[in-house]
Amino acid sequence: MSDIEHLVTDHFSGHAFPCRGGETLLNAAARSGRQIIRVGCRAGGCGLCKVQVLGGRYDTGKMSRAQVSEAEEVRGFVLACRTLPAGALEILSQNETNA
Amino acid sequence: MNKGVMRPGHVQIRVMDMAAAVHHYRDVVGLVETHRDAAGRVYLKGWTESDKFSVVLRETDQPGLDFNGFKVVSNEVLDSLAGELKAFGCKVEEIPAGELDDCGRRVRFDSPTGHIFELYAEKTRTGKWGLPSVNPEAWPRGLAGMKVNRFDHCLFYGGDLDGTFDLFTSVLGFHLTEQVVDGDLRIAQFLTCSMKEHDIAFIRHAEDGKLHHVSFELETWEDMLRAADIITMEDVPHDIGPTRHGLTHGQVVYFFDPSGNRNEVFCGGDYFYPDHEPVTWTADKLGKAIFYHSRELNDRFLSALT
Repeated sequence: MSDIEHLVTDHFSGHAFPCRGGETLLNAAARSGRQIIRVGCRAGGCGLCKVQVLGGRYDTGKMSRAQVSEAEEVRGFVLACRTLPAGALEILSQNETNA
Repeated sequence: MNKGVMRPGHVQIRVMDMAAAVHHYRDVVGLVETHRDAAGRVYLKGWTESDKFSVVLRETDQPGLDFNGFKVVSNEVLDSLAGELKAFGCKVEEIPAGELDDCGRRVRFDSPTGHIFELYAEKTRTGKWGLPSVNPEAWPRGLAGMKVNRFDHCLFYGGDLDGTFDLFTSVLGFHLTEQVVDGDLRIAQFLTCSMKEHDIAFIRHAEDGKLHHVSFELETWEDMLRAADIITMEDVPHDIGPTRHGLTHGQVVYFFDPSGNRNEVFCGGDYFYPDHEPVTWTADKLGKAIFYHSRELNDRFLSALT
């Protein structure tokens, strides 16, 4: 963790929340107190926290290929439990693939 | 009717990071690592188990279960059940001895719910870990983490529950111990080939071939508390418990491995003799059936699958 905070804006719910440096996107969303992203295994396996990143820089850990295909990964689909924002992030917390 | 299927014998679990998975299953859950094979798979067992291994970890790009194997009493039974499985309509494949190190030939077959199962008759027997078979002490020293006794069973999700019910009861000789019904529709079935409350269970679900959990046995309610303490100490993703299920009356803790596969540790619960009537829960009491204390359903427990 560092003192850096990145602002995450969800264009589905309209909510924005801060994410600390080194904190996962899912943890930051859960910490915001609103149910913006579903919380599942928190280990990149079950896919409940799948969202789409529309813009911004981020790193990801290992995510199940059964949940995020290579083509989806190119289009910004991620599992929030495995995503570390590296700057301000624009996301879509729900869409046709996880509604 | 008993058809010679003895017990759950092994599972091959898919993991995305072998080092993290070995730390979890060996150091946190407390299985004993017994072996690594030329393909990079890691073999483990609970310390009370007689055969050399029961849990195999395979590294790949998605979690879930490759297969669940059951041990049968003899090679004659293996051959006759292979024929019955083919007649039932299963796709049956013979896996030669040695494909899993220290395991005899296996009969692999698919199921109406999309899960892959195996039968086998022979596996190298090494006895309980850390104890002699003559004048043994109560337990071995040097166990890690939760110190689980054994791999116990799996719970699977899939569509055609009725088809898999027929497969397990009519072909493999399992008994229905407990069920959840929604009117005429069975939405959960717990099946046994032994005196245990269940050796396998299925929940009705739109998507086939899914794993809900792999379960490991512990002895006491105090062990549940200790397991939950270890989950916190190790920062393991926690799911539910310690609590009690209405179904089976078992006492349980759920958590996730580093690839998102759900694990259960449990103790207690009911027992079964072949003259017992199945226990039935109705769908309007599903909350109490699953979580006997809170009596409330939980989205993550029902939805997070691999």
